[in-house]
Amino acid sequence: MRRFLLIAVPYTWLLALFLAPFVIVFKISLSDIALAIPPYTPTLDLGAGWEGIKTFFSGLDFENFVWLTQDDLYWKAYLSSLKIAVISTAFTLMIGYPIAYGLARSPEEWRPTLMMLIILPFWTSFLIRVYSWMGILSQEGFLNQFLLWTGLINEPLIILNTSIAVYIGIVYTYLPFMILPIYATLDRLDESLIEAAEDLGCSRLSAFWLITVPLSKNGIAAGSFLVFIPALGEFVIPSLLGGSRTLMIGKVLWEEFFSNRDWPVAGAVAIVLLLILVIPIVLFQRNQQKQAEAEQ
Amino acid sequence: MNRLSWFNTVSLTLGFAFLYIPMLILVIYSFNASKLVTVWAGFSTRWYGELLHNEAFLDAAWVTLKVAVFSSSIATVLGTMAAYVLVRGSRFPGRTLFSGMIYAPLVMPEVITGLSLLLLFIGIGLDRGVLTIVLAHTTFSMCYVSVVVSSRLISFDKSLEEAALDLGCSPAQAFRLVTLPIIAPAVISGWLLAFTLSLDDLVIASFTAGPSATTLPIKIFSSIRLGVSPEINALSTVMIAIVAVGVIAASLVSKRSLVRQKKDEQAAERAQ
Amino acid sequence: MQSTIFAPWEDPEAKPLIRFQNVTKRFGTFTAIDDLSLDIYEKEFFALLGPSGCGKTTMMRMLGGFENPTEGRIELAGKDISGVPPNKRAVNMMFQSYALFPHLSVWDNIAFGLRRDGRPKDEVAARVAEMLKLTRLEKFGRRKPHQISGGQRQRVALARSLAKAPKLLLLDEPMGALDKKLRQDTQFELMDIQEKTGTTFVIVTHDQEEAMTVASRVAVMDEGKLIQVATPDRIYESPENVYVADFIGDVNIIEGRATLEGEETYRIDWAEGEAPLRATSSTRLDNGQSCFLAIRPEKVTISPERPEGAVNAVHGKVLDIAYLGNISTYHVELASGTVIKAQAANTRRISRRSFTWEDPVWLSWTVTGGVLLAG
Repeated sequence: MRRFLLIAVPYTWLLALFLAPFVIVFKISLSDIALAIPPYTPTLDLGAGWEGIKTFFSGLDFENFVWLTQDDLYWKAYLSSLKIAVISTAFTLMIGYPIAYGLARSPEEWRPTLMMLIILPFWTSFLIRVYSWMGILSQEGFLNQFLLWTGLINEPLIILNTSIAVYIGIVYTYLPFMILPIYATLDRLDESLIEAAEDLGCSRLSAFWLITVPLSKNGIAAGSFLVFIPALGEFVIPSLLGGSRTLMIGKVLWEEFFSNRDWPVAGAVAIVLLLILVIPIVLFQRNQQKQAEAEQ
Repeated sequence: MNRLSWFNTVSLTLGFAFLYIPMLILVIYSFNASKLVTVWAGFSTRWYGELLHNEAFLDAAWVTLKVAVFSSSIATVLGTMAAYVLVRGSRFPGRTLFSGMIYAPLVMPEVITGLSLLLLFIGIGLDRGVLTIVLAHTTFSMCYVSVVVSSRLISFDKSLEEAALDLGCSPAQAFRLVTLPIIAPAVISGWLLAFTLSLDDLVIASFTAGPSATTLPIKIFSSIRLGVSPEINALSTVMIAIVAVGVIAASLVSKRSLVRQKKDEQAAERAQ
Repeated sequence: MQSTIFAPWEDPEAKPLIRFQNVTKRFGTFTAIDDLSLDIYEKEFFALLGPSGCGKTTMMRMLGGFENPTEGRIELAGKDISGVPPNKRAVNMMFQSYALFPHLSVWDNIAFGLRRDGRPKDEVAARVAEMLKLTRLEKFGRRKPHQISGGQRQRVALARSLAKAPKLLLLDEPMGALDKKLRQDTQFELMDIQEKTGTTFVIVTHDQEEAMTVASRVAVMDEGKLIQVATPDRIYESPENVYVADFIGDVNIIEGRATLEGEETYRIDWAEGEAPLRATSSTRLDNGQSCFLAIRPEKVTISPERPEGAVNAVHGKVLDIAYLGNISTYHVELASGTVIKAQAANTRRISRRSFTWEDPVWLSWTVTGGVLLAG
């Protein structure tokens, strides 16, 4: 009985508040927009019995998905989200790897402190961290003030409200997600392997490329997925730093829902986004599983 | 001891500069006397004073705190149960679906989670307010708790529980007297994680909050959309300070207990 | 008063404390225990010995109540205990990892089981004090498990599992985590405690020396079956088959064909160009039946000349010498290519040793020196 409750309580919770909502999203994505409350049709009328269910299902169609392919706003938004997520993941890796490497090679007694400093921003508000860049990147912001002062530029650069600001925002906020898994693999790396490679004639650099990088590829993969997956559906960063011209699907969904009140299309946008995410999520799971097996 | 090479020193210095300079600027300019956020006009605590009198922010902060306490506490109970079932439990029908539902919210875009929960609440006719935010936050943060607790449970020596049973405990007693005290640090960090996630969340709260309840992130978001403001800088500084104090204190405590344990172990080996 | 040897397994009247009756345990398609029957008597120190994966740990976990048999029954003091959960059994277990509760002191660890029985406070305190004394841990009661050494932890685990005075104590590789020197001391301590408390001990081990030292009887297991159950000396001196002979200690195994020559004496023809060997056996072998002769190295005498009147003697040259301090093992290669090991005590200094590499030598043993086993 106890065991049953132990399973049933969290299970029911997730069924009711995680799975059921998805079924509803899927159903609404097949419905049509209507000037009503709720603003879509058909609604299931169980009172009408079998006939009601039949008319309900005949009212569902894939019209909204067809619409997504026809209006170029949507596929442009998907493509631009993918592009932004890929590029910023690459930048995060390029910046995160040397930091993780430096951490793993730092004196042992410093490491807890350095690790704490990496994790600390993660505990501070995401919103505030994104916001902190608004004052830096704006036209009269600190970065432009600094660059004008050094004489590198003559007139302020326009960075805020472009996709460059979005890249900076994503790299900044997701950097700890990249550093931590890479650090974890580098930390476990047996230093005698590098010494053995050097003993066998490798230079420092070639030992790094031939030994360190291949052995940390699990960490690189995990870190990249941890940045890429949330970056793809990101809403806060593009809406605060990206301006109106930066298209990202999370923002489109938000606007479709709150500004246009087109719930069925918002539902369809969500379903397609999920389908796109399934591939990296499955790859990520596989990578984690492989790692777990390798550790056994 | 391996000393840092120049390359590592440079990469660490630049890395930490990148992580901390934006926040540092925020903190410094929260003490700016001028309303123009990018022009320094002398030291002042004026914006902190104004913050204290901003009823809307204070109300939102109160709602946020309530939501965070409730949702993280429920999420800790549910997440610990789920972790226990997944790590210890035998097979049961729908186990794969269950573990899928535990891991899915971790990778789900917030906009989708928020949208789907909103549609559910509308569908069942639940008025949006504190309750709906608590339900929404509990759902996604219980999954984080479950991941934190199950990673502890996996490394947990199962024979400790068996020893408790062997010495006469019922399974419930074994959990209460042995398992729970040992995994307590993980449960606490799970709670803290859930608490911060809830404090921090904008997207899901925006979908599930109603006119009767606004959380602090929603309030901050709607005000910074219009641009940088010194009052928000002050608010951010307060929030950063609270987190920094908390994290530093926690790491000092854990470091000290680690050092003590090491010393004890060395002493025990020497005494042998 | 005449002291009788402790051997309840030879008394047909004796009632066993534990009785396995045709027990089978399967995990999915894997059979861990295969139709096994076994009696263990009160006050025995019983060892389950075998390589990892032989099923010995499963046997112990079934006694502890952590696994239930798929088929058959297990009786404790005449009662079927299958299905009885571990917390309702008068059986305690000492875990391989010790499983000491890290958040409780040594004292609280030992008191843990007593408190679950709801015993009065002073009774718990008295019993814990007694246990601390028994295991020489009086000074460490207030320490936490991480504040004491490995050997002390092992004693805490023992004290904790003995505190409830169980009818039966299960010990899962109790010395596995200790270094060799400490292990030997602990073995004698364990025997001493077993004798003092009169508890029945069942120990699981893969270390044959340990099993031989501590146990009153040893069960050699392989692939879920009992290969032989006997006292340590019988296991060593008269193994019932090649597996046991080979598993316990060092042995030379010679394969050949047996022919009955006299009463219980057989001639063994074994290699082209080598003289036949002779050995006795109480079990009957058919003429021409293939057989194995198992000879312990210490039963083989090494000499420069063929000893007068030796029944079994073979000639070869020294191939290798393993010097172990007190004894040396000589590996002698015969003309047929077979290598036979012989052990000799080093009564002389190494420089005056009689044999060295390449020396021609004779190896000999008596007619009862080897054990003849059916092939």
